[in-house]
Amino acid sequence: MITIINTGGANLASVSNALDRLGRTWTLTRDADTIRSAERVILPGVGAARDSMDRLQEAGLIDVIRNLTQPTMGICLGMQLLFERSEEGDTECLGIIPGTVRRMESRPGLRIPHMGWNAISPRSGDEVLFAGIAEHSHFYFVHSYAAPMGDWVCATVDHGNALPAAVRRGNFYGCQFHPERSALAGAEVLKNFLRI
Amino acid sequence: MLTRRIIPCLDVRDGVVVKGVKFRNHVVVGEILDLAARYRDQGADELVFYDITASAERRAVDLSWVEATAKRLDIPFCVAGGIRSVEDARKILHAGADKISINSPALERPELIDEMVAAFGTQCVVIGIDSMRQDGDLTVWQYTGSEATSQQSGRRTVDWIGEVQRRGAGEIVLNCMNSDGTKAGYDIAQLKIVRAIATVPLIASGGAGSMEDFENVFRDADVDGALAAGVFHRGEIYLPDLKAFLHRRGIEVRL
Repeated sequence: MITIINTGGANLASVSNALDRLGRTWTLTRDADTIRSAERVILPGVGAARDSMDRLQEAGLIDVIRNLTQPTMGICLGMQLLFERSEEGDTECLGIIPGTVRRMESRPGLRIPHMGWNAISPRSGDEVLFAGIAEHSHFYFVHSYAAPMGDWVCATVDHGNALPAAVRRGNFYGCQFHPERSALAGAEVLKNFLRI
Repeated sequence: MLTRRIIPCLDVRDGVVVKGVKFRNHVVVGEILDLAARYRDQGADELVFYDITASAERRAVDLSWVEATAKRLDIPFCVAGGIRSVEDARKILHAGADKISINSPALERPELIDEMVAAFGTQCVVIGIDSMRQDGDLTVWQYTGSEATSQQSGRRTVDWIGEVQRRGAGEIVLNCMNSDGTKAGYDIAQLKIVRAIATVPLIASGGAGSMEDFENVFRDADVDGALAAGVFHRGEIYLPDLKAFLHRRGIEVRL
């Protein structure tokens, strides 16, 4: 069973609809036992870091998530929550990956939010999430904060400079883009994650 | 780098997609789900659904077609029309929309922008602006969904752009009323003025008639996306052809 953690974010339907299109069953929950026993866990997120962390805290899920051992994927804000801190609301996050998520600054020719379809560059050929996906495939991004670069980055995207498009540490994966809104390439990423 | 977005707009009235000229004389062009699926398959980068009479009739968008559309689409879509509270917006986002576009209700009560940004984040909040060039100035109009209700809002477009950005808007769609439905090209002069002050993504709307119009608006007005309705609905421009054309002309697009 695939478990989607109910972060209370506004776009939970787009993640569950994407799983429906892949013919997969899922549960949307805040129940710790259901999350612990899932084969795959997805941490979605649209909204603000502080608000989402408060909701996870209230539901007693912080340590539950930190201690997961099955493949777990954070999407967009869900990916950013995997890091130690976010400048957004000066929020302490899950601390699974080191570093601070920082606000992106606009400048002439560089619009923030980073919104739209952008090509990603997987860092090496063997990244499981991007298996079978054509080089320079485009994915849909929409964010104003960016995760730090480091050895956890498995794909980058260029918006002013190279930013993490996907990350991985152990069993934790993260996509800054929205695979559920990235047409066929996005569906492939989700399939790859479910195949791990 | 970011690609330029091509965004078909589906004007919805009484559950079907319609199209008018200069915001008037609407005719039915097709079913919502059929058109949504067609544009998805043709490579649209995003879709906008605009319930054109919701605001004037002071009602919110019908959720049933939002849900049905969300199940089918694997590209982002935005819903506009009569959304005047955080609760209205929440229902639409829960039904599966990615973004909410507000226009007249933000003019009535600009604090609505701040409330939406606090509840859902900047990335969800799009501000639609109906702007007209008159006597050398740009002015904002409201309730433009029907001729009977359309009126000047008393605001200058440039001032309003500044204010919505300060309040946290994540994207601006500029509907240029002089060019809407004319097929004479986007209002590049107006879009350039707005581009110079817009730090968030800017979407051009109104006037697309040929593939060159898209090339020109990206190259000359440097907009992030171009929205069009009639040329796609009537089959005058086939989306895959448009993208191939733009690619050949050196405009970055998702193929």
